[in-house]
Amino acid sequence: MHSGAKRWLLAAIAVSITVSLFSAHFNRYYLGVAIDIGINIILAVSLNLINGHAGQFSLGHAGFMAVGGYTAAKLSLILQGQVPPWAQPAVFCVALMLGGLMAAITGLAVGVPTLRLRGDYLAIVTLGFGEIIRVYFQTTETFGAATGLIGIPHWTDFAWAWSLAAVTVFVVASLVNSTYGRGFIAVHDDEVAAGATGINPVRYKVTAFVIGAFFAGIAGGLYAHHKSFLSPTGFDFMKSIDIVVMVILGGMGRTAGVIIAAVLLTILPEALRGFADYRMIIYSLLIIILMIVRPQGLFAFGKTKES
Amino acid sequence: MPPLLQLDQVTIRFGGLTAVSAVDLQMGDRELVGLIGPNGAGKTTVFNLVTGVYQPTSGSIAFGGRPTEKMKPHQLVALGIARTFQNIRLFGSMTVFDNVRTAVQLHRTHGIVNALWRGRAFRNGEQAVTDQVMGLLEIFDLGKFRDAPARSLPYGKQRRLEIVRALATKPKLLLLDEPAAGMNPTEKADLRKLIAFIKEKFQIAVLLVEHDMQVVMGICERIAVLDYGVKIAEGTPEQVRSNPKVIEAYLGEEPPRHA
Repeated sequence: MHSGAKRWLLAAIAVSITVSLFSAHFNRYYLGVAIDIGINIILAVSLNLINGHAGQFSLGHAGFMAVGGYTAAKLSLILQGQVPPWAQPAVFCVALMLGGLMAAITGLAVGVPTLRLRGDYLAIVTLGFGEIIRVYFQTTETFGAATGLIGIPHWTDFAWAWSLAAVTVFVVASLVNSTYGRGFIAVHDDEVAAGATGINPVRYKVTAFVIGAFFAGIAGGLYAHHKSFLSPTGFDFMKSIDIVVMVILGGMGRTAGVIIAAVLLTILPEALRGFADYRMIIYSLLIIILMIVRPQGLFAFGKTKES
Repeated sequence: MPPLLQLDQVTIRFGGLTAVSAVDLQMGDRELVGLIGPNGAGKTTVFNLVTGVYQPTSGSIAFGGRPTEKMKPHQLVALGIARTFQNIRLFGSMTVFDNVRTAVQLHRTHGIVNALWRGRAFRNGEQAVTDQVMGLLEIFDLGKFRDAPARSLPYGKQRRLEIVRALATKPKLLLLDEPAAGMNPTEKADLRKLIAFIKEKFQIAVLLVEHDMQVVMGICERIAVLDYGVKIAEGTPEQVRSNPKVIEAYLGEEPPRHA
C-alpha cells in the first residue's frame, strides 16, 4: 500500500502551483504544450480506469469530455462579466465541477443500460454515443452550433491542469489499490467468478464508467478554458481514439505507463511539426511500430501491477 | 426451523430441453451431501440454479427459509452460499493474496470514500482484511505463495485457492463443483481430508458434485443421484450403491441371464 499517497498528492499540487508562479518566464508555446500534457494525463488515466482496470472497452471518452467542456464553458461565459476578478478562481472551480458532474450523469445514463453488454458491443455503443453528443453540440444554437463557442475566459494555467492531473492519478490509484478497488480487476479478470465472490459486476462497471466520465468532463472544462474556443469537431471519434491509444500504448491497467504514454503522445505530434504534411503519417507509423515491438504496452514490465 | 437449503419441484427448460425436472432436495446445517449422476445429468445446472446463475422455469428454492430463486449470484453470496467452479475460475492476473482479498471485501466495512480519504478507518479496515486473508491462507498452507500470481500455482493448489476464496465470503453452505476433476490419486486423497476438515473447522454445510465415486462414497453422509435431470435415488452411500436404478443409470440395464 502506498500509505503516503496523500502526502504525494499535496506535494504534486504544491509543485504545480509553484511552477505556475513563474509561468510568465516560460515560452508560451512550451507552456501550452505542458498544459496539454496535463489535460491528456487526466483523460488517459481516467479512461484507463474503464478500459484498463475494469476491462470495459469504451470508445466514447471524447463525448464525456465534450459534455464537461461545453457545460463548464457555457457557465463561465454567462458568469464572467458578472463577477469581480478575485472571484474568478471560484467560478472556474464551480464550472469545472459542474462539467465533471454533467459528464458523470451522462456516464450514468449511458452506462446503466449498456454495461450489461460485453466487449465489442460496448465499444460500438459508446462509439455511437460519442457521435450523438458531438452532433448534439453541432446542432444546438445555445452551444454555438457548428461555429462552436468562442471567447471562453482563458483561465486554465499550469497549476490548474497539473493539480487536477495529480488529483486524477491519486483517485484512480487509490481506488484500485484498495480492497474495494480489487473488485474492478476481479470484474476484468472473470465476471462470473466476481459474482461468485459477492461482487456486483454491473455496479462496479457503472462505478468505473461514472468516475472515468467525471474526470473526462473535468479535462473537457480545462481544455475549453485553455484554448478559449470550443468546436464540435474537436470531440470527434478521432479524439476518443487518441485517448485509447495512450491507454493501450502505456499498458492497459498500468497507471504509471499510461501517464508516460500521455506525455509522449502529446509531445510527439508537436515534435513532428517540422515534417508538416507527413506529420500524421509518421505519427501513425511510430504507433504501429511500437505496438509490434511491445504489444503488452510500452511501459508494462513484469510486476508493475502490485499494490 | 426451516432447512438450510430446500429445492421444491425445481424445473428448468432451455428451449425444448428440460435440463432439470421437478427435483426436490433438502439440506440441513453442517450436512455433507453428494450430488452424482452420469455426464449431462444436470448436476452443474442444479448448482447454477442454487447459486443464482440460472432462474428456475418453475418450482421454488429457499435458503434458510428465504425464497432465493429471483436473486443474483452476488446477492446469494451475501446470504451465505459460496461455490467453486468445474473449470477453475481464479482471477488469473491477481496474486494469491488478492484473490482471497477480493472475496473478503464482502464483509468489509470501509468503502469507496475511505479508499479515497485514506484515513485511520481505511488503514484499520485494510489491516483487518490483510489479517483475515493471511489467516485463511495459513490454514490452507498457501501463505508462502501470497505474492505469486494465481495462475502460476500448480493445479491442485489452484483448486485449493479457489476453495479458500469461497470460504473467505464466510458461507453457511459451500458448493464444490467436481473438485477432484483432473487430480491424481494423491491429490484426491488430500482433497477428501480437506473437505472433511473444512466441514469441521468452519462448521458449514457442503454440497458436492463429483464424478469420482471414491471421493463421494468416502466422505458424504447422504447422496442424491440425478439422471436426465430427474432425481432417481437418494440415501446413504450404501443405499445408493445397491440401488438398481443407480446401477442402471451408470452401467446400463442388466443383461438377461442365459440359462
